[in-house]
Amino acid sequence: MHRHMCLLAAAAAAMPFLIQPAWANMVYVSNEKDNTVTVVDSKTMEVVKTINVGQRPRGITISHDGKLIYVCASDDDTVEIIDAATNEIVGSLPSGPDPELFVLSPDGKTLYVANEDDNLVTAIDIEGKTVIAEIPVGVEPEGMGVSPDGKTIVNTSETTNMAHFIDTSTHEITDNVLVDSRPRFAEFKPDGSEVWVSAEIGGTVSVIDNNTREVKHKITFEVQGLRSEQIQPVGIRITADGKKAYVALGPANRVAVINTQTYEVEKYVLVGQRVWQLAFLPDGKTIISTNGLSNDITFIDTATDEAIKSVTVGQLPWGVAVSPN
Amino acid sequence: MNGMVMKSTVPITLTFLFAFFLLFVNVCEPYAQSSLTNKAAKPVVETRIGYLRAYEPQLALSVLNVPPRDEGVAGANVAVNDNNTTGKFLGQSFVLDVLETKFDADVVPAFRQMVSRGDRFILTDISAKQLLSVADIAKEAGVVLFNVGATDDILREEECRADIFHTAPTRTMLADGLAQYLVWKQWRKWVLLYGSHERDGLYAQAVRRAATRFGATIVEERIYEDKGTARRTDSGIVQVQKQMPVFTQNLPEHDVVIVADESEVFGSYVPYRTWTPRPVAGTAGLIASSWHPASEQWGGTQIQNRFNKTIGRRMLSKDMQAWTAVRILGEATTRVKSNDPKQVEDYLKSQDFSIAAFKGQKLSFRDWNWQLRQPILIGDADGVVSTSPQEGFLHQFSELDTLGVDRPETKCRL
Repeated sequence: MHRHMCLLAAAAAAMPFLIQPAWANMVYVSNEKDNTVTVVDSKTMEVVKTINVGQRPRGITISHDGKLIYVCASDDDTVEIIDAATNEIVGSLPSGPDPELFVLSPDGKTLYVANEDDNLVTAIDIEGKTVIAEIPVGVEPEGMGVSPDGKTIVNTSETTNMAHFIDTSTHEITDNVLVDSRPRFAEFKPDGSEVWVSAEIGGTVSVIDNNTREVKHKITFEVQGLRSEQIQPVGIRITADGKKAYVALGPANRVAVINTQTYEVEKYVLVGQRVWQLAFLPDGKTIISTNGLSNDITFIDTATDEAIKSVTVGQLPWGVAVSPN
Repeated sequence: MNGMVMKSTVPITLTFLFAFFLLFVNVCEPYAQSSLTNKAAKPVVETRIGYLRAYEPQLALSVLNVPPRDEGVAGANVAVNDNNTTGKFLGQSFVLDVLETKFDADVVPAFRQMVSRGDRFILTDISAKQLLSVADIAKEAGVVLFNVGATDDILREEECRADIFHTAPTRTMLADGLAQYLVWKQWRKWVLLYGSHERDGLYAQAVRRAATRFGATIVEERIYEDKGTARRTDSGIVQVQKQMPVFTQNLPEHDVVIVADESEVFGSYVPYRTWTPRPVAGTAGLIASSWHPASEQWGGTQIQNRFNKTIGRRMLSKDMQAWTAVRILGEATTRVKSNDPKQVEDYLKSQDFSIAAFKGQKLSFRDWNWQLRQPILIGDADGVVSTSPQEGFLHQFSELDTLGVDRPETKCRL
């Protein structure tokens, strides 16, 4: 017993960043330009570590148990695995060429990757590190969403302008839904009833009914003093209770807060320049945006929808993932 | 002995593999079809896209700048592939039908041939005069034209047509894009050196107009007469080194030298050889264009990779202009769910139309002359230096309309 305690104490002394109070989470930000992942403590909102990764890191996600971080190293044609305990790269997955974005299945076993250059979605078995399926989709696949029950994934193809619904049991496309120009991101509502798809160049978010697989509503944005061309929706996150959606608006430098009942934009939160992706802290009280051109991330309080603080990270921050524990 | 064994096994293995392949293809084909179509099988609707081209090999001062044989056509082919990838989900397919004539030929017979083959959408890479010679035939036959090659302002102004869409930028758009950058740099005093051919004069005219619009001054102009010098001579470079400094001697104080030499007679010789050390821009040095083979911004890497993989060379401006035209057709037929020329044309002319073309914002047609509004890339031999419109050049409707002839000044009456 004593010996056990000693070991624990030694481990704690050796790795001070590992032992965090229960309410602090690690925030992992991929920096596209300087090939790093910045680790930020969500409580202190300070950078605790910078990890060197492969070329052009973009999509980033974390295993449901919080132990492994997956990063698309686009220009190295691989998905790198970082051990969250040591912040070291411990392996890679066979992603296919130019992986940009991916989504982890709810059971944590499969990673679905969009391969931009090959018009494919690749399904990877994480444990076996093998490719299970390659699904031909439209031109320049990008956004990846997964239904809460894990039965459906949605991929968006940027030049084809479609959301492709893929049955995860057969790995076949069941529906193709036309959306506006350059769809970048797909996000299911937590109850699985709707999929929200952003169109960067079209400047809209299409709300697709997951039963009929048809666009039931199209959300548009208007910011005083900004031309419509500058409003380019990219990352989307929906709160766990399904009531509010947050949409990153790219060069509009704002995050839109949308009421999911009325589909009305209730607020535009000014953050940094070229807002790209978003992630909630596990308690849902904070959402974080990556601001590519200003090299920072912004913490937004979801109760007041006010920006709390911006933290400088690496160059061209792109994606963000938060540890669940 | 070993050799004999090798000889006999290889064909057998190959035959086996081939048979297996056939089996695989046959089994997969109907399977793939059913999975790609949405719930019920859709009949495939084929759209023929014509590409009329007046071609002759072009010379350039640098062999690096000699246009590739398939310039433009290659872009259309890549876009046809893209459209077909999209089309397989919707029961649409696209084919490209290329017809080439001599450079200065009468293109009317070739055009009629395309129309009789059933082409109702035709891309043209021909001169302004040639384009105007087929415009009325197109109108009668209900053909929609896309000008992917001619930068002549006259086609969008005095001689504009209601059924010609232009994806190529105009000379005034190019000159304005360049001028905005130079003015942003505070390089406001220009010297203009222009060639003696008609198109050089047109480019020079666009530069003069841009100077007036954006507050630059042309402190002196000089013309370079084309006396029929061969571009390729073994010891020519020795003479050039002496000629260009003399040609640029005794100029008033200036910030930048602008060359207008579309004909490639002297322009590329100017950089690094001017009497006073000044940057060179225009048709040589810092060049304004609709695309750059090294542009990687705004997802550009993807089209560049796709193009390079399919064609085996870098993507040039005319390739991008043709790619955009074919993608516009793909987008329109997808949205209106028809390839009827009238419906497609109406959609392109509606407020709903826009296209993404790796330039950071949506592109649309100017409704007063059907010119595609687009950002202009400013680049040198190695990469993109900037993209216009520049910050601070404001416009009440779209900043892209600060490039080229704007609505209030247009001479086009459709």
